[in-house]
Amino acid sequence: MLEIRNLHVSIEDKKILNGLTLTVHDGEVAAIMGPNGSGKSTLSYVIAGKPDYEVLDGEILLDGQNVLELEPHERAAAGLFLAFQYPLEIPGVATMSFLKAAMNSQRKIRGEEEMATADFMKAVRAAADGLGIPQDMLRRGLNVGFSGGEKKRMEILQMALLAPNFCILDETDSGLDIDALKIVSEGVNALRDPKRAFLVITHYQRLLNYIVPDSVHVMAHGQVVKSGGKELALELEATGYADYKTLAA
Amino acid sequence: MAAVQETVDQVKAIDVDQYKYGFSTELEVDKAPLGLNEDIVRLISAKKGEPEWMLEWRLDAYRRWLTMREPTWARVAYPKIDFNDIYYYAAPKMNAAPQTLDEVDPAILETYKKLGIPLREQEILAGVQTSKVAVDAVFDSVSVVTTFKAELAKSGVIFCSISEALKEHPELVRKYLGTVVPVTDNFYATLNAAVFTDGSFVYIPKGVRCPMELSTYFRINERNTGQFERTLIIAEEGSYVSYLEGCTAPQRDENQLHAAVVELITMDDAEIKYSTVQNWYPGDKDGKGGIYNFVTKRGDCRGKNSKISWTQVETGSAITWKYPSCILRGDGSRGEFYSIAVSNGMQQVDSGTKMIHLGKNTTSRIISKGISAGRSQNTYRGQVSAHRKATNMRNFTNCDSLLIGDQCGAHTVPYMECNNASAVFEHEATTSKISEDQLFYCQQRGLNPEEATALIVNGFVKDVLQQLPMEFAVEAQKLISISLEGSVG
Ligand SMILES: Nc1ncnc2c1ncn2[C@@H]1O[C@H](COP(=O)(O)OP(=O)(O)OP(=O)(O)O)[C@@H](O)[C@H]1O
Ligand SMILES: [Mg+2]
Repeated sequence: MLEIRNLHVSIEDKKILNGLTLTVHDGEVAAIMGPNGSGKSTLSYVIAGKPDYEVLDGEILLDGQNVLELEPHERAAAGLFLAFQYPLEIPGVATMSFLKAAMNSQRKIRGEEEMATADFMKAVRAAADGLGIPQDMLRRGLNVGFSGGEKKRMEILQMALLAPNFCILDETDSGLDIDALKIVSEGVNALRDPKRAFLVITHYQRLLNYIVPDSVHVMAHGQVVKSGGKELALELEATGYADYKTLAA
Repeated sequence: MAAVQETVDQVKAIDVDQYKYGFSTELEVDKAPLGLNEDIVRLISAKKGEPEWMLEWRLDAYRRWLTMREPTWARVAYPKIDFNDIYYYAAPKMNAAPQTLDEVDPAILETYKKLGIPLREQEILAGVQTSKVAVDAVFDSVSVVTTFKAELAKSGVIFCSISEALKEHPELVRKYLGTVVPVTDNFYATLNAAVFTDGSFVYIPKGVRCPMELSTYFRINERNTGQFERTLIIAEEGSYVSYLEGCTAPQRDENQLHAAVVELITMDDAEIKYSTVQNWYPGDKDGKGGIYNFVTKRGDCRGKNSKISWTQVETGSAITWKYPSCILRGDGSRGEFYSIAVSNGMQQVDSGTKMIHLGKNTTSRIISKGISAGRSQNTYRGQVSAHRKATNMRNFTNCDSLLIGDQCGAHTVPYMECNNASAVFEHEATTSKISEDQLFYCQQRGLNPEEATALIVNGFVKDVLQQLPMEFAVEAQKLISISLEGSVG
């Protein structure tokens, strides 16, 4: 369970989040929508621990643990995963090697044994097949020269492998073609689990037809300004954000 | 990514002092008087029992050196060197020429053991090592032992110290010495010609593929002593040899000078692959101490379709001034330069290569990866020239720089000279920084900042590491990570 209470965050003296409060329960899929610049990516970065953001007030608890005290890699090992809106490229580091390094580092932090190479390869291949990622891509430098959609799929592949208990998807649907959107959604749905929660950031109702959310939250000006069920997304699709922009201001 | 894990563990195991070769060995030494004059040159020559012509050669070099000035064009800064405040000869006291390892001072053997250099042939044969490596061990001014000489001799390969070659094969040395790097080539090469003390000599006869990897391990031990190494490798028609040199020195507050000259010669269809893992003491984090590494390395592709390939991993030295080059004289010959230069702390690196295309259809390839961290300065300086007769020559150059932190500098200085209209030059250069975003991305997946940096750096140098012989590639990878320790904030 993730609990965010009264979160105030600024970057370079610019206030981005203004007392945001949000709870996502185990097994829940929460969708966040909201206009460009409302602070959705900022929220995901702050949860994951990106440097440079200053938390002025509030708290973030993951299963009762204060994540603000943890380094980003410790948060990852504690089960927090962020699928980036813009995944980074790591030239010269084969995707397979990267995955293995990530997997074993997390295990080490948790005091677990390294995974046997054969088992690991098998797991990667299975996950890649499920997401329609060709094997030869796993030998290429991570995300180097990957298309926008391929990068997003690779994020989901990593999520599937690392099996986190709290997943944030920041606009994973943008850049995906219609077929890829289906494949990725199926990948995410396959990971839905009573012990796992998701925070899905998106601009489009379409994604939510595939990944049906339990709750929908509208963000504006760094706050959650309205929450509701999945029908709220449909409503937004029809009306836009005009009401909310003025509401918070 | 087992290697990365190993690297990281190794980095963690080392706390304050990251240079693990900084110990020194207490020995009785035979030392020349301080400073440089004709008598010192005579003394060095006499110590080595050299023929008369060699002494004349040295004296001639010395007299010319007196009229020369230190080069100032490199992007490095250091206080003026007092050449009279250096010892030019220091040798552990021992039997004139040890015939077996048992005659070598145990303290020296212990030193090489600590450095992880195998000198006992039996141990190498019995050990788990998959491939055999013959070693010439140079300690300060002398070669203390060369392994596998007898076995190499069976295939006609000569591998010994240059001092020994001057005694056993004077005609070969006389024929080739100074024919690639002329006596008056530059200030440091000329100084080396006057006072060089030891180094390796390799001769591969026609049609022979050298049956094992050859290597020379240079160790500076004595305080205040310069090391003037001279290496000469000749590959006759259709032969092949792969050679590797490694270097370390104790940790001291004063700077020490290492001015080497290396000459390579390939005849028709011959190939020399020369790899360097340079790890001289780099000085402390404030720039105190460290080796001045002023080196002239040049290969002459004298024969048709011959090939010389330089691979270097440079992590040590306070100052590096070094441009392993190829003269592509034979038609169809090929020169290669693969380099990883890592600088951290206050290190200064000015390194690169020259590819001089003289013959028709000659090709060259340059891949340079510079990594700067701390407050270091790292310059790539390269020259590619196509002479009038170098019809259809081709060069490909790629130099990439990676910056870690924002107090270091990376510079690229390429020179190109074209006197033949059919010449083709390709040049690529990039400068990048390990971005906060890349680090954060890796961290989000569970890697700590050190692991993340090691991973990104390994990716950056991969193309060059692949050029090293397998067993050294792993070593080099570790070395690079250790050199960058403490560079992540
Ligand atoms: N480093 C920074 N310095 C100053 N302002 C920043 C910085 N990073 C982000 N911002 C600002 O913070 C605000 C929120 O950005 P954020 O990326 O969180 O929005 P978003 O809701 O994810 O938008 P989008 O829907 O376009 O992805 C924006 O106005 C943005 O310009
Ligand atoms: Mg965003």
